Amino acid sequence: MTANKTSAKIRKLATIVEDIHLEIGKTIAPPTRRAAAIAVIENPFAGQYQQDLEDLMVIGEELGTVLGERAVGALGIEPSQVESYGKGAIVGENGELEHAAAILHPRLGGPLRVAVEKGAALVPSSKKMGGLGTPLDVPLGHKDAAYVRSHFDGMEVRINDAPRANEILVAIVVTDSGRPLPRVGGLEAGDARGEDGLR
Amino acid sequence: MPEVIVRKTIITLEDIFHEGGPIAQKPHRRGSIASVIKNPYAGRYVEEITPFIEDLKPLGLKMAQDLIAAMRESSCAIEGYGKGAIIGSDGELEHGALWHAPGGYSMREVVENSKAIVPSTKKVGGVGARLDVPVTHANASYVRSHFDAIEVGINDAPRADEMLVILVMTTGPRIHSRSAGLLASEIKGEDGLK
Repeated sequence: MTANKTSAKIRKLATIVEDIHLEIGKTIAPPTRRAAAIAVIENPFAGQYQQDLEDLMVIGEELGTVLGERAVGALGIEPSQVESYGKGAIVGENGELEHAAAILHPRLGGPLRVAVEKGAALVPSSKKMGGLGTPLDVPLGHKDAAYVRSHFDGMEVRINDAPRANEILVAIVVTDSGRPLPRVGGLEAGDARGEDGLR
Repeated sequence: MPEVIVRKTIITLEDIFHEGGPIAQKPHRRGSIASVIKNPYAGRYVEEITPFIEDLKPLGLKMAQDLIAAMRESSCAIEGYGKGAIIGSDGELEHGALWHAPGGYSMREVVENSKAIVPSTKKVGGVGARLDVPVTHANASYVRSHFDAIEVGINDAPRADEMLVILVMTTGPRIHSRSAGLLASEIKGEDGLK
């Protein structure tokens, strides 16, 4: 799906890729990598109360594909190699927090799980209202087993000129790894069954 | 000779479809690459710092190549560029100036038609500091449609003994460029200015 075939009016698509080579003096080889794919869209319900949020749910479904594929593509890995994921949204001042919920929760997860192949676990999420340049910390968790402790993490995303008052910023983050130096115990990725989404 | 120690690399891409005006068929693409490196001169005054310029050249070249690859554009499609540095609090502004040659010349080596000087900015800053890196046309500095800037920064850098070294590139004019001046189609491309 190309960006301009979505029902969302997209002003901007952005990606951020981070490679961590070194953490507190220890070499990380191969580097841990994560990517955020971000869309800045017009909020069709800015400035008014709208009871039925169906249009935003459709947008969420479309962005699950667009942003899921872009994030995985930015890492240059196969969908099956994605290890953790997360999602989030910032609603500009003329919208309401519920607009973020309508995009993120009902339908975005399905196509995102196609983009990352599987994804038995809940997609961790965060949302807030904000202005231009507002940073959002997108939570991350293992895609198939939420209790995998090494993969609890977060990635800060921000765009200096978004969201404007009538816009919503939507982000999906994927990784090929957990934290650079995990050592606080708990369930390990290799021990996860990945069937119930938890362990 | 100090070696270049890279803690982290960050690549950002933006595809801009519109900014309130007509929707572009081909989005305006902007990209940045930043490397978080250890500042070998942090914490003391060092008079002779130029050897680090040579050390940085391979990194500059690799960053320019990696950014072009990330933008998935052949080198001739890059139309604007810029560079910058943020120096952590145990360093000095002059350390950022070490990036001029390795950043600029490496990028011009891989960007075709790049006669123009690479615009730059630098500052000393803390963790999470943001830098607005200036952008101008790669072959003629006076092309008005390509004057731009890209904000770059990362939440966990630069630490006190680190530097962020940055390259940015664009694939065309501002999305709704209409402020007159020299057009890209009018440049002679001989002196790097017009």
